[in-house]
Amino acid sequence: MSPDVLTGEHFINGNTASAEGAIAAGCRFFAGYPITPSTEVAERMSRRLPQIGGTFIQMEDELASMCAILGASWGGQKSMTSTSGPGFSLMMENIGLGVMTETPTVVVNVMRGGPSTGLPTLVAQADVMQARWGAHGSCEMIALAPSSPQEMFDFTVRAFNLSEKYRLPVMVLSDEVVGHMTEKVVIPPSDRIAVFNRRKPAEKPSDGYLPFKAGEDLVPPMANAGEGYHMHVTGLTHDERGYPVITAAAQLKLVQRLCDKVRKNKEDIIAYTETDTEKADVIVVSYGISARTSWKAIRAAQRRGLRVGQLKLDTLWPFPEQKVRELAGKVKGFVVPELNMGQMVFEVERCAAGKCSTRLVPHPGGEIHDPADILRAIKEVAS
Amino acid sequence: MTQDANVSLVDRDRSGTVAIHEKDRRDAGHPLDRLLRPGRIPHIWCSGCGLGVVLTAYLKGIQKAGLDLDKVSIVSGIGCTGRTAGYINLDSFHTTHGRALPFATGLKLANPELKVTVISGDGDLFAIGGNHLIHAARRNVDMLVLCVNNFNYGMTGGQVAPTTPVNSKTQTSPYGCWEHPFNLPYVAAASGAVYVARWTALHARRLMESVAEAVKHPGLSFIEVISQCPTNFDRPNKGGEGIDLMHFYEKNTVVKNGSDPKEADIGLYTPIVCGKFVDIQKPTYDSCYANMCTMSKGGKK
Repeated sequence: MSPDVLTGEHFINGNTASAEGAIAAGCRFFAGYPITPSTEVAERMSRRLPQIGGTFIQMEDELASMCAILGASWGGQKSMTSTSGPGFSLMMENIGLGVMTETPTVVVNVMRGGPSTGLPTLVAQADVMQARWGAHGSCEMIALAPSSPQEMFDFTVRAFNLSEKYRLPVMVLSDEVVGHMTEKVVIPPSDRIAVFNRRKPAEKPSDGYLPFKAGEDLVPPMANAGEGYHMHVTGLTHDERGYPVITAAAQLKLVQRLCDKVRKNKEDIIAYTETDTEKADVIVVSYGISARTSWKAIRAAQRRGLRVGQLKLDTLWPFPEQKVRELAGKVKGFVVPELNMGQMVFEVERCAAGKCSTRLVPHPGGEIHDPADILRAIKEVAS
Repeated sequence: MTQDANVSLVDRDRSGTVAIHEKDRRDAGHPLDRLLRPGRIPHIWCSGCGLGVVLTAYLKGIQKAGLDLDKVSIVSGIGCTGRTAGYINLDSFHTTHGRALPFATGLKLANPELKVTVISGDGDLFAIGGNHLIHAARRNVDMLVLCVNNFNYGMTGGQVAPTTPVNSKTQTSPYGCWEHPFNLPYVAAASGAVYVARWTALHARRLMESVAEAVKHPGLSFIEVISQCPTNFDRPNKGGEGIDLMHFYEKNTVVKNGSDPKEADIGLYTPIVCGKFVDIQKPTYDSCYANMCTMSKGGKK
């Protein structure tokens, strides 16, 4: 049992819960830059980490924050940063470095309205495609979407576990309302929180360890700096030794594996929550705060006798293609409310593949949806 | 060059010393072989470039300092100098352009046992990474920053840099550079670096000794190495070949230890002031952070 885990019932906001989730998962290094509406994560970490043997550092910008957490991960610590829209944009370059160098770390993005400075203090969900495609180059990403302070805790723990297991930066895509919402959060005893730690090399340094040679699970065991392995880690395309190889063949081998380690483990990564989908005519596909806004509309529709269910996306990336394809064959249509002008709806539409209708309920952010707008969409799709 | 052959040319004996396999004995004549990654030499640098001298001086310097080489990490950014990390047979990280310092900061603070050196170029550390340089120096993170200044962006074909002397011709200042350049030791010292020195690629021995001293100096040490770039900078500026620049350094460098770095400006082929400008003691980031942690738990400093 770790005394560092605040086991018990708490009344805390989502950002604080995320920080506690990180600590419970073993995070002992935080680098960040203040930005509304994510700042409470950094503030909490600045209070907690010095007391439990961890390192907190406020960097000079988000570029530096992202690099520092990659460096810290290679130094052997579980690491995290938190940010919002403009800071998330600045982190993209080195999120790519994290993907290429297979560095476990966690990025919490508490989404606000954009483009640009946009709505610093108000909600949006407009970074979900940036999370998937923002870093240049071909890669697969993992992103989780909590919709409550409890899920901020739970999903942050899971983000660390996935990052350690699959060796890449994992994103927690929260939003301003979930980050600032204060609710009951139950933190279990530390021995009941599943924590996954990166697999270490079986070989000794003298046995010819190849730092980027993966076995069947496609994830290479990871040595830390200072352990005597004398490894080379580069953002250039590299071979199993980690040495740069600038050829199409090396690119194919490496990028294929980086994508496959996520694609072939989708079943392990993807999480969603289905409610009343069994006999539904209409399914609302939603995530984050919009998953909760949807409920009022779904209940109202059900009271009117409509058969409506919900597919709540707990992971946005990888997208649950199989599930959406399967549901598409059974329903009249999907309703997709999101606090952007249409992003995840394209994934839903792609997987529906014309088997049913897909209806976006857009909102540029600044406030959550009026459930009446979602209800209207449900009725139209149902009729 | 095969990519997969001879993966493990080096081995270690019980004391942790790296030994060279019998099959690689043909190259064992050079005492630095064990610090270079098997199969990575020849390097990509142009003939006449100063980077080979810098690499040699660095490796000899850390040997002389007697560091536990298992605990040494090299971090580079992008560019010609940024390729240095890839040749050194120690833990080495080749990061993104300008970002070596924040990466190194995270690495060092996550494991304070590590001896971290950042080796990168003037464009990487002072243009795209300039903000990180001043903040790493301000924090006094315990690491060595070795900045090779060749007055231009060599890897991309010779463009103007924040160090390019006024009136120098580059691919993006074809009529002569009209911007004021940085004086790197002055910037580093003003930002808080506790050890600041400058040498040229001619000063192989002094550079080596400076590295040996600086890696053991607690806090952020900064060494600038002026290097010729006969391919991209010295050709348009008619500075000659590598050997000509060596002669230039021989005749035009003045060693002034302890002089004010403010006076260390560099013009196009004007005399270059070298030496150790700053050598002071100041609490490192590590020690300040440890004090704060003690206070956070209710203890005294």
